[in-house]
Amino acid sequence: MDIFVEHITKNYVARETGSPAALDDVSLHIRSGELLALLGPSGSGKTTLLRVIAGLEFANRGRIRFGDLDATGIPVQKRGVGFVFQHYALFRHMNVFDNIAYGLRVRERATRPPEAEIRRRVEELLSLVQLATFEDRYPAQLSGGQRQRVALARALAIEPRMLLLDEPFGALDARVRKDLRRWLREIHDRTGQTTIFVTHDQEEALGIADRVAILKDGRIEQVGTPDEVHDDPASPFVMTFIGDTAALNVNIRNGAVLHAGKRLPIVGSSAGEGPGTLYVRPGHVQLAQTAGASLTGRVVSLRRFSSGQRAEVRLHGTGELVEAELPAGSHVNSGQDVGVNLGQVRIFR
Amino acid sequence: MSAIAEAPGQAGIGTGWRFREKSAIPGFVPAFAWTLIWLSFIVLIPLGALILRASGIGVSGFVDILSDPRVLSALRITFGLSFLAALVNAVFGLIIAWTLVRYRFPGARLADAAVDLPFALPTAVAGISLASLYAPNGWLGVWFAEAGIKVAYTPFGIFIALVFIGLPFVVRTVQPLIAEIDREIEEASATLGASRARTLRSVILPPLAPALLTGFALAFARAVGEYGSVIFIAGNLPYVSEIVPILIVIKLEEFNYAGATAIATVMLAISFVMLLAINLIQAWSRRRFGYA
Repeated sequence: MDIFVEHITKNYVARETGSPAALDDVSLHIRSGELLALLGPSGSGKTTLLRVIAGLEFANRGRIRFGDLDATGIPVQKRGVGFVFQHYALFRHMNVFDNIAYGLRVRERATRPPEAEIRRRVEELLSLVQLATFEDRYPAQLSGGQRQRVALARALAIEPRMLLLDEPFGALDARVRKDLRRWLREIHDRTGQTTIFVTHDQEEALGIADRVAILKDGRIEQVGTPDEVHDDPASPFVMTFIGDTAALNVNIRNGAVLHAGKRLPIVGSSAGEGPGTLYVRPGHVQLAQTAGASLTGRVVSLRRFSSGQRAEVRLHGTGELVEAELPAGSHVNSGQDVGVNLGQVRIFR
Repeated sequence: MSAIAEAPGQAGIGTGWRFREKSAIPGFVPAFAWTLIWLSFIVLIPLGALILRASGIGVSGFVDILSDPRVLSALRITFGLSFLAALVNAVFGLIIAWTLVRYRFPGARLADAAVDLPFALPTAVAGISLASLYAPNGWLGVWFAEAGIKVAYTPFGIFIALVFIGLPFVVRTVQPLIAEIDREIEEASATLGASRARTLRSVILPPLAPALLTGFALAFARAVGEYGSVIFIAGNLPYVSEIVPILIVIKLEEFNYAGATAIATVMLAISFVMLLAINLIQAWSRRRFGYA
């Protein structure tokens, strides 16, 4: 099911921060069968956008279309969306089975499947979410990860047009989070369900989504595949929000990039003329001998970073800080003078 | 399909009854001792004395009292009307509590404070106000009189007095639970296609049931023992609008202490059985609705 978000505008008070916020003329096309992440900081409007798509909130202006169907005025009960909440929102007086069966049992008599069919469907979902032996348990008897899987099964039970997840892993610890993330991707690949999920964790978004839409202050900054938004960010915000970056003040004159008056060996800059900011990711910074390097600085600190390490270098002259990713066991010491070479960079003016 | 390694939650797994477990937080002995002493002096000893006193009249005395039609009719009136009043309070108290929690409206705080008035007002004052309001020529009684309904000096008047004094019990027990209801479960129910009425019935009310039952029990117990407000509005006609507490007072005025204590003991027994039953239903519903 293709979902079209067309010129959605909404003024509201942000739930997290309590401050007034807005969705400002947001348009987005979610392709049928894709897994799309809405990524942004708190108060960026990502959750509100998701809730507007679900019909839990209404926009001041704009339309929501599901394929050819204008869904803008359709109430949430009739939209047929599977919604998963950050804090599960399970019915705690119902056991796992009844929670999952709920969406089928509340149907009008004419469309309600017979109880045997409901049982078959719930059991199928229980095995899909790997909770086959848990049907008699109450939510209070489950761990966070198990609860969220029940919530997902409950949302899938109504055979929704799409699956919407609001920070689904936000309340879980790191390990469970990682497992569930991979598992959500697998479920998506199996069911082919059009899925939108909201997250503020860029690693999560890039890790499992087909495409990522990055929001800031109620506007979409960029929509693209994880590779596109990571390697070809459309704005300084996207650059700094997706992964670590260092920023250097530069000047561009006649196509040459000057840093503190010194020319940097960077070619093909299309940023135009005048002062700008150069962004570089730690993975694209190499440390070298001071002689012949384009920049020099002193190593301020070294720290372990997953399988390698990171060195923080304070540049001579400007005092700007640059982080470099090093393989484990590199012979660099704190306080040492080093040369700094930049690989792939982005310049914004 | 990846395996998801995770320990199941420990919550809700009962470990059986134990008198006392070693704890890092002291306080069991003084707390338990005070509970026993306090309960004894305030509740158990006075009630024990009552029963002891009543037992003086013997089995035949009890049989005489229980076969007195005037006593029987008073018991029926007291327990029947108290039950009805508590039932009505359960319904409307729930609606009031819901409104107070969920909606912001001008005067909300005043309305919230007004709920407690029946707690604070001397019951005689309440009885006199109600009686004058609902008298055939009173502000409200006029309307009822026009419809041909007599309120004051009838069982209906007793019922209104009992509703009045019982209301805060329901509102105050249910209110905090309504405030705790997670809005997301209502939204979840809606996304799953449930109508508002269905959500109310299947998702919102069941978790409130234990608290509602508590409120009901408190309002009921309060109504059974109510004296002050009822005597002014009831008219106290034997066989029509005479409640048990009045009957007890009448016996006392006749210096028939044994009779008074015997009626009181019967009343106590019925109340105890009913409250016990309500508690059992409540324990069951707590388990049923996942609060175990």
